[in-house]
Amino acid sequence: MSDFSALGIWAIILVIAVATYLIRLSFIHLFGRINQVPPRVKLVLKFVPAAVLAALVAPGLVTPSPDVAAMVLDERLAAGIVAAVVAWWRGNILLTIGVGMAALWVLEFGPALVF
Amino acid sequence: MNEDFNAGARDSIGILLGLVPFALVFGIAADGAGLSVVQTTVMSAGIFAGTAQLVTVELIGANAGLTIIVVTGIVVNLRMLMYSASIAPHFTDYGKRTRAYLAYFLTDHVYAMSIAEYAAEARSRDKRLYYLGLGVSIWSVWVATTIVGFVLGAGIPESLNLMFAIPLVFLAILIPAIEDLPQVVAALASAVVAIAAAYAVAEFGLPAGVDLLVAAAAGIAAGVTTEGVMGR
Repeated sequence: MSDFSALGIWAIILVIAVATYLIRLSFIHLFGRINQVPPRVKLVLKFVPAAVLAALVAPGLVTPSPDVAAMVLDERLAAGIVAAVVAWWRGNILLTIGVGMAALWVLEFGPALVF
Repeated sequence: MNEDFNAGARDSIGILLGLVPFALVFGIAADGAGLSVVQTTVMSAGIFAGTAQLVTVELIGANAGLTIIVVTGIVVNLRMLMYSASIAPHFTDYGKRTRAYLAYFLTDHVYAMSIAEYAAEARSRDKRLYYLGLGVSIWSVWVATTIVGFVLGAGIPESLNLMFAIPLVFLAILIPAIEDLPQVVAALASAVVAIAAAYAVAEFGLPAGVDLLVAAAAGIAAGVTTEGVMGR
């Protein structure tokens, strides 16, 4: 649960929605006057998805701490690696989520069933 | 309805199979972050960009600052500048108003499928109708599935760790998006900085979300540098 007021959340939704629409419209609207993304901007944009997505994934797979050994032993990291292999192999979102969740459940609940 | 519109709608089915779980996860996450069902629905209908929506509700749930949330949400969608530039030459025959509503449906998948279809000139489909067939069907299913996710979300026991599906969704989009070595470097650099920065944010009480922006900037810088070094 967040501390945001309903108004705050509405403001966030509205601003991002309008900005996103303007980004989509940009070149479609301006075509004829500006026909290309400047090469330098293009170079930066090329790395936005990889950089942003990796920054979103990483802290979800480990609990950030200076104890690297504890971080590496996280069940979520192991499940994430399995899911990454599936994503690379099949490129399918549903399969990636399914296998990743299953791997996490096996690692978390599996030992209790066996021992 | 027109045959070209139907062709677009038909071609969207494969994409929908991937988007349905994404939309469900988003709906569940929005519920968890404390959004109302109306806010969640308007968000899906208005922003219509899964990654940005999921990041936004995560940051809202983490009580990040307003500016950070908005900036992050927009940065995630900047890639659409490239789609807009790339698809613009195909829309030059249409008037301002038509282009204005076509732009609204420009998502990753609508862009990729349309460009592929436009390249296959032998089929000579109507560009606008094919694009709309894709866009309208993806939009409708996206918004509807979001609501389903929101409603289901409340009934799922916490012990199942369903929120782990969020990084998994991002992972499923990340892996196919990496095409060359500089992008691998960008992703790795960003991941390492993200973990260090997330620790710093928790430890020193920095504003939530700063870690994400710092990591993304570091990743982009690492990628651009690698590309520069390799190009020489």
